[in-house]
Amino acid sequence: MAALSRGDYPPGPPRLPPGGLPPGDPPALGGLRSPQTPLTVRAFRCWLTVYRRIWRSSIWSSVLGPVCYLGALGFGLGTLIDRHSPASLGGVSYLAFVAPAILASGAMNTATAEASFPVFGSIKWNRIYIGAQASPLRPADIFRGHLMFMLMRLAMNCAFVVLVMWAFGAVESAWVVLAWPAAVLTGLAFAAPVAAWAVTVKVETSFAYMFRFAVMPLMLFSGTFFPLSQLPAGLRALAYATPLWHGVALCRAFSLGTAAQDPAGMLGHAAYLAVLAAAGIWAGARTYRRRLYV
Amino acid sequence: MDPTLSCPLAWYGEGGKTVRGMSYLPASLDKVLERPETEVLVRARGLTKEFGGFTAVDGIDFDLYRGEAFGFLGPNGAGKSSTMRMIGCVSPPTSGELSILGRDPVRDGSAIRARLGVVPQEDTLDVELTVRENLLVYGRYFGLPRRVIRDRTAALLEFVQLADRAGDKVEPLSGGLKRRLTIARSLVNEPEILILDEPTTGLDPQARHVVWDRLFRLKQRGVTLILTTHYMDEAEQLCDRLVVMDHGRFAAEGSPRDLIARYCSPEVLELRFDPEVQDAAADKLKDFPAERTEALADRILLYVPDGDAALAAVRASGLEPLTSLVRRGTLEDVFLRLTGRRLED
Repeated sequence: MAALSRGDYPPGPPRLPPGGLPPGDPPALGGLRSPQTPLTVRAFRCWLTVYRRIWRSSIWSSVLGPVCYLGALGFGLGTLIDRHSPASLGGVSYLAFVAPAILASGAMNTATAEASFPVFGSIKWNRIYIGAQASPLRPADIFRGHLMFMLMRLAMNCAFVVLVMWAFGAVESAWVVLAWPAAVLTGLAFAAPVAAWAVTVKVETSFAYMFRFAVMPLMLFSGTFFPLSQLPAGLRALAYATPLWHGVALCRAFSLGTAAQDPAGMLGHAAYLAVLAAAGIWAGARTYRRRLYV
Repeated sequence: MDPTLSCPLAWYGEGGKTVRGMSYLPASLDKVLERPETEVLVRARGLTKEFGGFTAVDGIDFDLYRGEAFGFLGPNGAGKSSTMRMIGCVSPPTSGELSILGRDPVRDGSAIRARLGVVPQEDTLDVELTVRENLLVYGRYFGLPRRVIRDRTAALLEFVQLADRAGDKVEPLSGGLKRRLTIARSLVNEPEILILDEPTTGLDPQARHVVWDRLFRLKQRGVTLILTTHYMDEAEQLCDRLVVMDHGRFAAEGSPRDLIARYCSPEVLELRFDPEVQDAAADKLKDFPAERTEALADRILLYVPDGDAALAAVRASGLEPLTSLVRRGTLEDVFLRLTGRRLED
């Protein structure tokens, strides 16, 4: 008996009933908890707290990018091109032609940047998802909350670009106010599917491939910097099938004020982008679940 | 002593009088007395988790009671973390039954997690945020209003002795401080069950003792603790009841004291010999009248009722160890016996 004294077990007073921690807790009154806050919004708020730390620098880069592009392409390259006033531009200045494309491709860039490394990092680096997973949030909430944050970033960045376009005199019509949601939709059509895929990515080099072989060619060959009519027929068909072309066409029609001439076409573009976004949202709830609930 | 008043591990008060138990009890009675609260918080039957063709958890059964500290002890890869993830409702069981707080973790995972606290094996703190912001973000996941989180943050940081670091970024904090912050964060929703996956792995001895002390206080306050560990001393310090896990199954189950009594002798004599004569000494000691002998790489363990007598007998037989140590049997010995044997098989 003596060999097994209980001396090594820490002594303690009788157990108290559960719920007594931590000291000084306010009583859990009805209404103190707010279960009515949707889980998606709770996940979104986390990103706001994180964003509060970096919003200044992020806004600078959001403004600087479009200013550089519009300055270099619109004014630099534009003066050169406008000298020949090519018919394929449809009688507008190169600045007016390229500005909405910069808006749409900027949305793509914001979306792919926000939906790639931050999603991957939320599992591998700062592990935000892993922490959130232990709370009432479900994988689908974590996904939609993060997507909601991406949507906010898209809305901010696209609004900045529209303002810069307007300040540069690159806007031809008041319809440009609709170019803003069009650009946000374009971004969402990228953000949702990319995030749905990014959560499954095991090595970060996959993103380098995405940027090199998908984002970059799309940015160059979607009727952004030159009209698609300049491309050979086969490539043109390919470009028509890509999402960015639809986004560029939509933004350009609103910025130039030509949207009313082809309402069916506009609806087609918007529907294409909406279907892509919806498919991404549908897939993301599943890929997140598969990745987080192993 | 009246045996019905004895209980091996916990002290229970009755009208201000503390009843302290020291004697052995028959296993069945012992079990009843160990858990006066009989509300089952977690119940598993045939719980199984497979990854592809690999079976991580192989049909285990257990009941966890409110207010107890329950430990899963085992080597890496024994299936402890997989079990914890299933209890944490972030890993659907492949087969078998699991109920947590009376609910189904697959269907009601979100509602169950609202009442759990989780301290994961690797910290999931946002190191770029401050200590306070980490608690805020986490509390908001649970839908708590800012004011409530603020009050709880103050109390919790006090509890884990981090109050003076509330405004600091997490990044430069030491491993021990981060661990304590993770524990504070896991308590922000006032969980009924606290799940700790290797709570002190990677901490230095001093930091481990601080964590143990805090966990012990939580236990005293009635929080149900479920923890995994591969530290025997941690299990002995914290657990009322534990299972030894190996290859996804339970190799043994009971209170630390119970397990030591069942699987180990009261005393252990550790002998260290010159490496050149160690094998010869081990051979010679095979026939020594011990309950069991275990030849490890660097020393020989003799499981005996009386260590000093055994050491005298070893010396009398003409063996002179470089060093010798007489100690109590521990969970380490239980573990060695249970899993060591298995590995040899």
